Amino acid sequence: MLSPSSGNTVIKSKLISRRMFLLTAAKAIVTFGIIGRLVSLQINERTKYKTLSDKNRFREWKLAPERGVIRDFFDKEIASNQQVYQVHLIPENSRDIEKLFVRLKTILNITEKKLFYLRRVIAKQKPWEPIIVSDNITWSEFSRLNLFLHELEGVKPVVSVARMYPDNSSAHILGYVSQVSAKDLQTKKYLKDLHVPGMSIGKTGLERKLDEEIIGKIGFQRYEVNAYGKRIKQILINEGQAGKSFKTTLDFEVQKFTSELIKDKAAAVCVMDVYNGDIVSLVSSPTFEPNEFVHGLDKNYWNSLIKNEMKPLTNKAISGLYPPGSTIKTLVALSALENGVIKPLDTFKCEGKIELYGEKFHCWEKDGHGIVNLRKGIQRSCDVYFYEVARKLGVDRLSETAKKFGLGKKVLDGFIEERAGVVPNTKWKKKFVGQNWYLGETLHSGIGQGYFQSTPLQLCLMTAQIANGGFEIKPRIIFDKKNNNLRDFIKYKNENPNDPLPTDLLVSNFELKPLFKNQEHINLIKDAMFSSSNEPGGTSYRHRWENKKFTFAGKTGSSQIKKFTEAQREAEVKQESLPYKDRDHALFVAYAPHSDPKYAISVLVEHGGSGGKTAAPIAKKVIKKVLERHELRERIDSLLGEQV
Amino acid sequence: MFRSRSIQSSLSIKDKILSIDYILVISVFILGLTSILAMYSTDGGELKYHTQSHILRFFVFFGMFLTLSFIQIRFWHSQSYLIYILFFILLLGVKYFGLTSSGSKRWLDLYFMNLQPSELMKVGLILFLAKYYHRTSIENLNRIRYLFLPIVVLIAPIILVATQPDLGTALLIAAGGLTVAWLAGVRVKFFAISGLAFLALLPIAISFLKPYQKSRILTFLNPERDPLGAGYQIIQSKIAIGSGGLFGKGFLQGSQSYLDYLPEKHTDFIFTLFSEEFGFFGSLFILFLYAIIVWRIIKIGNVTRSNFGKLFCYGFGTAFFIYVVVNMMMVLGLLPIVGSPLPIMSYGGSSMMAIMFGLGVAMSCRVYKDTPVN
Repeated sequence: MLSPSSGNTVIKSKLISRRMFLLTAAKAIVTFGIIGRLVSLQINERTKYKTLSDKNRFREWKLAPERGVIRDFFDKEIASNQQVYQVHLIPENSRDIEKLFVRLKTILNITEKKLFYLRRVIAKQKPWEPIIVSDNITWSEFSRLNLFLHELEGVKPVVSVARMYPDNSSAHILGYVSQVSAKDLQTKKYLKDLHVPGMSIGKTGLERKLDEEIIGKIGFQRYEVNAYGKRIKQILINEGQAGKSFKTTLDFEVQKFTSELIKDKAAAVCVMDVYNGDIVSLVSSPTFEPNEFVHGLDKNYWNSLIKNEMKPLTNKAISGLYPPGSTIKTLVALSALENGVIKPLDTFKCEGKIELYGEKFHCWEKDGHGIVNLRKGIQRSCDVYFYEVARKLGVDRLSETAKKFGLGKKVLDGFIEERAGVVPNTKWKKKFVGQNWYLGETLHSGIGQGYFQSTPLQLCLMTAQIANGGFEIKPRIIFDKKNNNLRDFIKYKNENPNDPLPTDLLVSNFELKPLFKNQEHINLIKDAMFSSSNEPGGTSYRHRWENKKFTFAGKTGSSQIKKFTEAQREAEVKQESLPYKDRDHALFVAYAPHSDPKYAISVLVEHGGSGGKTAAPIAKKVIKKVLERHELRERIDSLLGEQV
Repeated sequence: MFRSRSIQSSLSIKDKILSIDYILVISVFILGLTSILAMYSTDGGELKYHTQSHILRFFVFFGMFLTLSFIQIRFWHSQSYLIYILFFILLLGVKYFGLTSSGSKRWLDLYFMNLQPSELMKVGLILFLAKYYHRTSIENLNRIRYLFLPIVVLIAPIILVATQPDLGTALLIAAGGLTVAWLAGVRVKFFAISGLAFLALLPIAISFLKPYQKSRILTFLNPERDPLGAGYQIIQSKIAIGSGGLFGKGFLQGSQSYLDYLPEKHTDFIFTLFSEEFGFFGSLFILFLYAIIVWRIIKIGNVTRSNFGKLFCYGFGTAFFIYVVVNMMMVLGLLPIVGSPLPIMSYGGSSMMAIMFGLGVAMSCRVYKDTPVN
């Protein structure tokens, strides 16, 4: 049985061979299958797999670009970058982190809380990823750190750059930068490809408006990494591109001067070139320290800002809304003239109050102004005169003129904190208040109270557009050599005084947009404003400049917080004796010099009482400062003009 | 028959040396050198531990292969069962004295090397069944009682290996054994019946498994279950091979293996590494060497006169082929990941030893091709 016969062996051998043949055929098929797979992977899909392999291999680390600087009109850096000294730590390189912390604490000023935070970060990330122990240490700390570096394994002293503001006078208009928040990443599209941990972005003001361009282009280091994410070697470095720098129209000197002038008050000052809308100064007070925001804000400091009732974080010049008060009277008069409702010499009698529609309307001058015409009405700011004018004009025609002059809408571009304010009319009230317009409200509107809401910047723009002869300008803060059409027009006018240009020619030749039907009306208003500031009886007569060079024409105003009661009126209660919160806001708008207007100014002092007493003196000083620097500014301007 | 025996027994040493299949020897040698290059690359282009010990093993076992070639085929025939029993005892030894590494018990510590008896069993079973079917007459081949012994010798080591647990090797052992049985003439219906029986018994077998063993088997059946483990390996292996392209990234330039994306690059994924560095043509070259080796082993089966020799050569040649294609299909993402080394290329002494042992026996069939066996 176990020793097979020879014949049997042969039959078996044939069987084996036959089956082997079948197996060989199967092997050939499988082999071709494998070759086919190799062809598909290594030839047909090689590009795909090469890409995947590179994706494995390379990883990029982003580098934060250097933020562009912001300069003033005279090329002085008002938001610059400074070297900062930082301490980084690579946990992997340290043998004993706890010992290192103890040592670091003796050299640097590190709190237990910070150490707790660092421990948590270390536990979370890979041991070779650097962490920032401190992002801004002093030079003496930094040099001490370098001295003891040999004992501090894993610690890396790093010199970096960060935002630095030389002064806090422009904190509001410049805004500040701070760490990117989760919300920023969600809402700002441009950050999507740009975000680098530890990078700062603009949160308010110009920093925010310009953020997209001023950040710059991100750089990266490309490393070859292994399967565990450890960097093996650097393949490529791209430094990125520093952000674009911007030149503004601001005058840093005026900013500082003005800021100092109003530092104790809750106030705002705007100064604007009347021909091209260049904002020379825009200051809000009290101010805050923008540098505090760059390296993580101190909680106590934040609380002190939040709790301060003067609201230091608000840019009052563009986000503060105040009834324009008597400053609107210029527009009321202009509107009435333009619409032919009154003539300049039409008179009304002011007896201190007027009774209309069953309601008593008071003039601020209890004893009345007597016979008042337009010029006197503006000079003395007679309320009764403007009650009459407003009554004749109607609120809808007034609102049309007010809107034309820039009230009730945002006048700057890209400032999220700017507010539009309100120019009321019958439709507006119906829509937003849900009630019909009362005729009495027209009278309140006529003296800039009631629903009227405006920002100091809007009032400055309004004044500038009156001062320049009634042409539309757009306020701007980023320096621009172009768009000086109005200047060209004035130049042409001065050279050809006898060339009477019809309105349509103005539009076509100089691309100007007149805001008047008859320019004579504008001149009447300007003359009345002059008398208000420079003739006895005028509301700001006490604060005039005798020097022709600085002579300004202005209009005072005060916006009511609380309605005066009859009792207070009878008792002749003075604003100064009221509690701070109940005092009126003081307003003053002006342009200077009167003979050849160059700048318009608006001043607001919150709860400052009357505009003539509080706001006008501030304006007087700022006007002198601005005009003193005018020649310098013009020289720079002409130099820049030659460059073009 | 008598004459041929006298001729064979009177073979001079020169005759013996001349009758060696040089194509096979040279192919194995070239493959060995190639594997040393690949191993050098896995060590990051330095002559480190893996490369050094791979070189040593290759030359030692290559020498063993040549030495075994001159041992009489009748010796192999007469000692087949004993060899099988020896390997089986070693397997049992693993169960009681084995070394445990990463959750499975596969190795015996022999002081100078760690031996993996399951690798030897791959060849041992083929040897056993070649002898068994050599001696079973064609009439008895398909009788139930003659199937009993083969089933026992097949199942016993498989159970031992599968419970190590090392499912891959267990399956490869079974593949070799079944091939020999089928070649010898066992009817296909028996394979079908035992296949069904196996499926029927599977749930019962599973109930004896420990939870972690169950988990391993489930992952084996469905790699998606473990995307960061087995699935990750397949993905990275495909990326490495595909990114090699036509000509490869160049020697020592395989970024996937360099940067540790490739798992098990010394052992199961050595082909991937080679393929990444030498591309499509490199892969074809390796495939070509293996094809020659398999072809030469089968050729020996054709020329050797004894059915023992034929069965062994065909069985071993086919098993060798299966080891190669299972490994390649695994790294190419055509089969799930089971631990299965690439013969000669992969790092591992036991595998090298088993393959060289099988090659030695096959070569002995060549040298003593006309020697009858009974």
